[in-house]
Amino acid sequence: MSTIKNRLSVDENAPILTATALTRLYGERVGCRDVSFSLWPGEVLGIVGESGSGKSTLLRCLAGQDRPTSGTIALNFDGVPINLFDISEPMRRQLMRTKWGIVHQNPRDGLRMDVSAGGNIGERLMDRGDRHYGKIRSSALDWLSRVEIETNRVDDYPRQFSGGMQQRLQLARVLVPEPKLVFMDEPTGGLDVSVQARLLDLLRVLVRDLGIAAIIVTHDLAVARLLTDRLMVMKDGAVVEEGLTDQVLDDPHHAYTQLLTSAVLAA
Amino acid sequence: MTAMIKVHALQKHFIMHNQGGIRLPVFSDVAFDVSAGEALILHGESGVGKTSLLRILYGNYKPSSGHVLVRHGEDYIDLATATPRAILTVRRKTIRYVSQFLRVIPRVTTLDIVKDPLLARGIDDTMATEKAKDLLSRLNLAERLWHLAPATFSGGEQQRVNIARCFVDPASILLLDEPTASLDAKNRDVVVDLINEARESGAAIIGIFHDEYVRDRVATRRLDLTQFKKAA
Repeated sequence: MSTIKNRLSVDENAPILTATALTRLYGERVGCRDVSFSLWPGEVLGIVGESGSGKSTLLRCLAGQDRPTSGTIALNFDGVPINLFDISEPMRRQLMRTKWGIVHQNPRDGLRMDVSAGGNIGERLMDRGDRHYGKIRSSALDWLSRVEIETNRVDDYPRQFSGGMQQRLQLARVLVPEPKLVFMDEPTGGLDVSVQARLLDLLRVLVRDLGIAAIIVTHDLAVARLLTDRLMVMKDGAVVEEGLTDQVLDDPHHAYTQLLTSAVLAA
Repeated sequence: MTAMIKVHALQKHFIMHNQGGIRLPVFSDVAFDVSAGEALILHGESGVGKTSLLRILYGNYKPSSGHVLVRHGEDYIDLATATPRAILTVRRKTIRYVSQFLRVIPRVTTLDIVKDPLLARGIDDTMATEKAKDLLSRLNLAERLWHLAPATFSGGEQQRVNIARCFVDPASILLLDEPTASLDAKNRDVVVDLINEARESGAAIIGIFHDEYVRDRVATRRLDLTQFKKAA
């Protein structure tokens, strides 16, 4: 049984992640350009912009999946500052397994499709060093019910699940090791509206209860409004506007943000 | 009494970049203080900027220039220059905002919505639930609705959920935008009592009320925004 952390116990004064002047170029083409920001424990940051704005490139750099052309990413877990691209590859992998999680848009990219639902969750606990079968099994069952999957489906394979269930299973797989930092790329993309609502509410509650810091890339402004505290708006690889989520959406200052917010139906 | 909000040389305009860069002035040179135990009612015709002003006081709109000092604990924080994190902290502990409309979160029950501000402040669940239930009863919201999400409720029912969420844990500054607009006389009176109780126990209140009867029973001071419109 994973315990719910009191979010006040986290040191909220030190940022968990600080990006400084991040730039990723693909030859002449700009992926993202000169992006700087800090993220604090328990905070949810949204990155919005249309396709090609650089938001996914930025997320890949932040999550350690792609090396920026220039700039730094400083991390601070448990009071030990490290620079993401200065440490060795094995150390980076170890960090990725234990301290952060990535929720992919397509659950097939985040799940092992040939392993049972319970195995998908249990595997992550074994990565962490847990060996007691009974405990792993009961933790897997607990997480299935937290993401609202019937516990009698524990031995079924992800391919026997609907898209919404697969996404919720992926969420359990990512959150079971209790990461400090979670990256999400369009977590509700490709789901029906009613299924989206259920996943969004679940995400909102889990992020709050576990005191996780999260970075969510989405093109859906309603998703951003519901889940995020702060928002960065990207265009052509650069951040054009940032601030409190509701302020950016209700009183947008940049021409591009005004275009984005006026282009959607009220949500 | 201690000033809870100090507004100084506040100016707001909108620039519509995608409509030829047109500049829409809202108001300028707005200045006033509101102390603990006061209820300031904003006046003026529709379009004078009453809601824009309330939104600025909540950090939802950005001032174009000027200052909004909010008393947060022992300090004053200027919402015009505060970081998003600072504004979030101020909202969690010091300011509550009630709009006319409830922004419904899918699937979240009425009881969970109402007790949320208490839980966010670290109050334990049993206590929070009890307080939420007391307030929902006082606002005459039928008990069968407590465990339902308010998406399908009537306008008046949704508004009472919204009010309950605000008054379950009255902060030291309350911003009220027409909280009684769709209520019947009985519930309107309950809300008037809640506002007056909060004020008497030291809250600073800034509100917009079109209903003259409510205005007369709540106001300790009035401010006509028309004067600031002319200057804008």
